[in-house]
Amino acid sequence: MKEHKSGNVTYIAVWAALVVLTAVTVAVSYVHLGMMNVVVALLVASVKASLVALFFMHLRYESRLVWGFALTPIFFLILIIAGTLSDTLFR
Amino acid sequence: MKETTLNGEQPPNGDASPRGYLEAKGFWSWAYTLDHKRIGVMYLYTTLFFFLLGGVFALLIRIKLMFPGQYIFTNQTYNVLFTMHGALMIFLFIIPAIPSGLGNFFIPMHIGARDVAFPRLNLLSYWVFVAGIVVILFSLIRPMDTGWTFYTPYSARTAADVTTLSFGVFLIGMSSILTGLNFLVTIHKLRAPGMTWHRMPLFIWSMYATSIIQVLATPVVGITFLLLAMERVLGVGFFDPAKGGDPILFQHFFWFYSHPVVYVMILPAMGIISEIVPAFSRKPIFGYNAIAYSSVAIAVFGFFVWGHHMFVTGMSSTAAIIFSLLTYSVAIPTAIKVFNWIATMYKGSITFESPMLYALTFIFLFVVGGLTGMFLGALGADIHVHDTYFIVAHFHYTMVGGTVMGLLAGLHYWFPKMTGRMLSEKMARPAWLLMFIGFNVTFFTQFILGFEGMPRRYAEYPAQYQALNIVSTVGSWILAAGILIMFANFVHGLFRGPPAPPNPWKALSLEWQTGSPPPTENYPEIPTVTDWPYGYAGKQT
Repeated sequence: MKEHKSGNVTYIAVWAALVVLTAVTVAVSYVHLGMMNVVVALLVASVKASLVALFFMHLRYESRLVWGFALTPIFFLILIIAGTLSDTLFR
Repeated sequence: MKETTLNGEQPPNGDASPRGYLEAKGFWSWAYTLDHKRIGVMYLYTTLFFFLLGGVFALLIRIKLMFPGQYIFTNQTYNVLFTMHGALMIFLFIIPAIPSGLGNFFIPMHIGARDVAFPRLNLLSYWVFVAGIVVILFSLIRPMDTGWTFYTPYSARTAADVTTLSFGVFLIGMSSILTGLNFLVTIHKLRAPGMTWHRMPLFIWSMYATSIIQVLATPVVGITFLLLAMERVLGVGFFDPAKGGDPILFQHFFWFYSHPVVYVMILPAMGIISEIVPAFSRKPIFGYNAIAYSSVAIAVFGFFVWGHHMFVTGMSSTAAIIFSLLTYSVAIPTAIKVFNWIATMYKGSITFESPMLYALTFIFLFVVGGLTGMFLGALGADIHVHDTYFIVAHFHYTMVGGTVMGLLAGLHYWFPKMTGRMLSEKMARPAWLLMFIGFNVTFFTQFILGFEGMPRRYAEYPAQYQALNIVSTVGSWILAAGILIMFANFVHGLFRGPPAPPNPWKALSLEWQTGSPPPTENYPEIPTVTDWPYGYAGKQT
């Protein structure tokens, strides 16, 4: 395991950011934005997941190989969504 | 590879016992083992048992289909029989047999390692697999009648125990993910000194590609079955249109796993063929890089084509056109492999021992299966033959003609290494001949039946198709006779076969440079690798 600099300050800052973003998700659900409600919710969730992966799971300090393994499934997630939408959007 | 070639004498293997890793006896020495070789052997016994059981279901199905009307079984029993044939063969035999069985045994040996990266995880994955089997057998109390594909909305409504069976498959999938993960780390981290990526045996390349699919695709089917269970138990409307769901969404999710998984079945078999063809042609493999990269290409392209299972389900024609085009992309790396195997054999000193007979059968039958897949990838042709026996014949040519023949090639090739005993060639050849004839009589007739319009899955059919159905059933008996003789040969070889030398085929990959059977630690010293394992004529082409 590599040495890295993230100390307790970083962890607490990330935790605070996660709490704030959770509050944002809850707050936005009370505002009617139509389709944009889903977009905002997914966007906030993605940012939170990225924070967890980068800092709590130490991805930020990992080698390119680990980054490769972490990012590949995201490509396949996009693939399954895009492939399914190519059906449902054009029926 | 190492300079030493061993043609007769047992090499110093570190273990005092000539029985190598098989020395320890008793149930617990197997149940608690962390040895990848023993875990591989346990997988092989388990999966081959379900091969025989699934085969019995197939024979029963064929006997019923000799007559157009209801015969022997009720139609409901027939539905259960073909569902169990499919589910057992797919989930308990053909997916795990080569990767978890032969892969477990030979990946560490091929790369010059003492074990897989996570031996305890390996044992866990076996027992999770067994837990999955127990759950699946438990579901037989109210047996499944949905076909192995679990299509909604029927699977969401039937009284059969879909929830239990899908939980069993969920566990089997988890075992598959753990195995794939273990192999990926093993191949990255445990290669012997000097074993660069381009000195790896091609079996390792194919197993690497297979593991990628296992890790990336299997979670999707796990989640899909979870959604199905939630729909059945909690009434959440994911797939049932009456509850606002979309039944075709289930098929998207299901085939996002189940199409890539056909490459989990075929890629390891292709890896075995890439080992056997050069060894029995006494020639370096032709196009090493092309075969290696085409394995990875098949794994990646395989994710882009799932929609071709759904052309007639009401999917949008835009999606159908896209998936039809993409489907053809998989044909390219597959053809690359076939041409390279043929080029390897060209002007080689080919000998026809049983592993090579099965390898050649693989190439021949898989080409038939693959090319008929091209008919099915074409939108217009698919609409004509979809859900007919043409499909049944097509996937049996790829799965039995391909994967099973590849597995049998591997079993005959590595039997001396795994057991320390030789098989009888006198029994292996007639068994092979009967299987080859029986298989083609059974399934080629089904191409014709399908093209003439006989639908699949139905218990009853119009009388005009009876003659060819009788031919197909007789073929299944010839096939079964061949399989029985082959298993008799396995049993005979296991107990009475003459002792095997370390390297009976004079092959060059690492596993042949240690004892037969190998010692527990595989190699007394970790070998240093200086060359690729295909230097049969001394030169790299």
